[in-house]
Order: sequence, then structure tokens, then C-alpha cells
Amino acid sequence: MPATKLDLNIKTMSYLKKVIYNCKQATFLIEKKSIGKITFRESFELRVHLFGCSFCRIYKKQSRIINQMVQELFRSSMHRDYKLDENFKNELQGRIEEELNKN
Amino acid sequence: MQHQLNPHHWVAAHADYLYGFAITRINDDELARDLVQDTFLAALQKTAGFQGKSSERTWLTAILKNKIIDVYRKKSSGLQNITEKEAEEEQNDFFNADDGHWTKSAGPKEFGIEDTDNLVSKEFQEIMKRCLQKLPALWMSVFTMKHIDEEPTETICTELKVTQANFWVIIHRAKVNLRACLQRNWI
Repeated sequence: MPATKLDLNIKTMSYLKKVIYNCKQATFLIEKKSIGKITFRESFELRVHLFGCSFCRIYKKQSRIINQMVQELFRSSMHRDYKLDENFKNELQGRIEEELNKN
Repeated sequence: MQHQLNPHHWVAAHADYLYGFAITRINDDELARDLVQDTFLAALQKTAGFQGKSSERTWLTAILKNKIIDVYRKKSSGLQNITEKEAEEEQNDFFNADDGHWTKSAGPKEFGIEDTDNLVSKEFQEIMKRCLQKLPALWMSVFTMKHIDEEPTETICTELKVTQANFWVIIHRAKVNLRACLQRNWI
């Protein structure tokens, strides 16, 4: 094999290793893509990575579900679980009235 | 429509809502009550600046949000930073240092809930709550401001004094940690 071609292969390999096979980078891009923008090149690299990496495919699915679940959790618990007791409320409105009368 | 303020009904109309908003974000009952009170008192000082463009509740919530951000700032600058270091060290267990591949023990496994829409058990939700509470204060605040309050990234960076680059790192780390915590406690 001519030296230049070998050289190219080595370069390609190390590029692949650094980017395409890097799960830390891939999961980073998954997060960034879900709420922001990634470049065309990043998007391509991510797709190649996901094609070959079943772990990150699971991660991607779960990441989306976690977002939905966290949102649901916050919305439902805000409407259901939290009520202030009447005493506290009465005192609080009392303080507001006091402040209003000052002016 | 021009909105109006009526402080005489503030507590009856908005106190529970604001309390729920605060406690889901800071997870401290006493502090949440204080913040609700502070919000109303601060609002009274600002009534002149109310232009009627947003509803009374939206306006009060914005004041509360700022107070919550102050709490986040204090938390992430104090001793609480230790948890951030711990969480970051934990991060090193997830990916190999040399090639960035998942480590043997950290590789994602199916939870078994991926393909069922909506119907997630109470148990899973409880685990989720506990895992959220384990996140460092700064990560939690970045995470909730983005995913729950849907604030623009620029706003979050300015309010919490983090760079854009750091913002993305935190978003990533928070999710990876949260997911790992779910996997540890659910499977």
C-alpha cells in the first residue's frame, strides 16, 4: 500500500475514533440538538455514531422520555400537592393590607 | 386587554400557585413560604411599574423567579459546591477517559418504559424525584430553567452567570447523571 494512502487511513481512523466512536461527545450532541442547534457536520457525525452504537440509541430515547417525565412531574405536582395552610395565608394577606395602609 | 392589580385578593388567588412553583424548584418548605411572602411584599413596591401587559399571576411569578434565581446563586457559590465536584467525579465513571466510550457498568440499558406512552408508574416518578434532588444546585437550576420554564439559553447564562460553553456542559452532565441515577435505582 502506498505510504500516502496508509497515512490517510490512519488519519481517518483516528478521526473516527475521536468523533464517531465517542459516546461522551455523541450524548453531548444529543442534548444540544434537543434544545439548541448543532452544525451540519455534527449532525452527520451523530447520525453515523447512532447507526453503530446501540447504547447511545437507548440513551437518546431515554433522554427524550426523561424530559417529558420531568415536565409532567413539575406540572402535576404544582397543581396537586402543594397548598398553604389558612393561618399562614391569613397572616400573609394581613401583612399585605398593613403595607397598603402605610401608603 | 389591559390587566389590573388587586393586592387585596393576591393571597387567595395566587399564594398556593406561587408556593407550588417555589417548592418544586427549591425543595425546602420554609424557604418556599418565605419566598412567597417576599414576592408579595416586593410586588407591592413595584406596582407603579406594572403596565398591564401580562396577567397579575404572570407578573408575580416573574418576581418569584428572580427570587429563586437568587437562591440558586447563593446555593451554588457556597458549601454546596462540594456536591458539584462529587457529581463531576461520578461523571468520570460513565465514560472512558481515553476514547469517550461508555464504561462497562455505565452503558445505558432499557428501562422497559421507553415504548409505553404516558403510563409511567408512581414508583418510577418517586425515583425520578429523588434523583432530581441529588443534582447539584447549579445543575438543577440550569436544568429546570431550560426544560420546565423554557427560558432562552442567553437568559439562563446571564442570570446564573455561566458561559454558553459551560451551559451546554451542564445540560449534558445533568442529564447523564439523572439517567444513570434512574438506571441504578430502577433496574
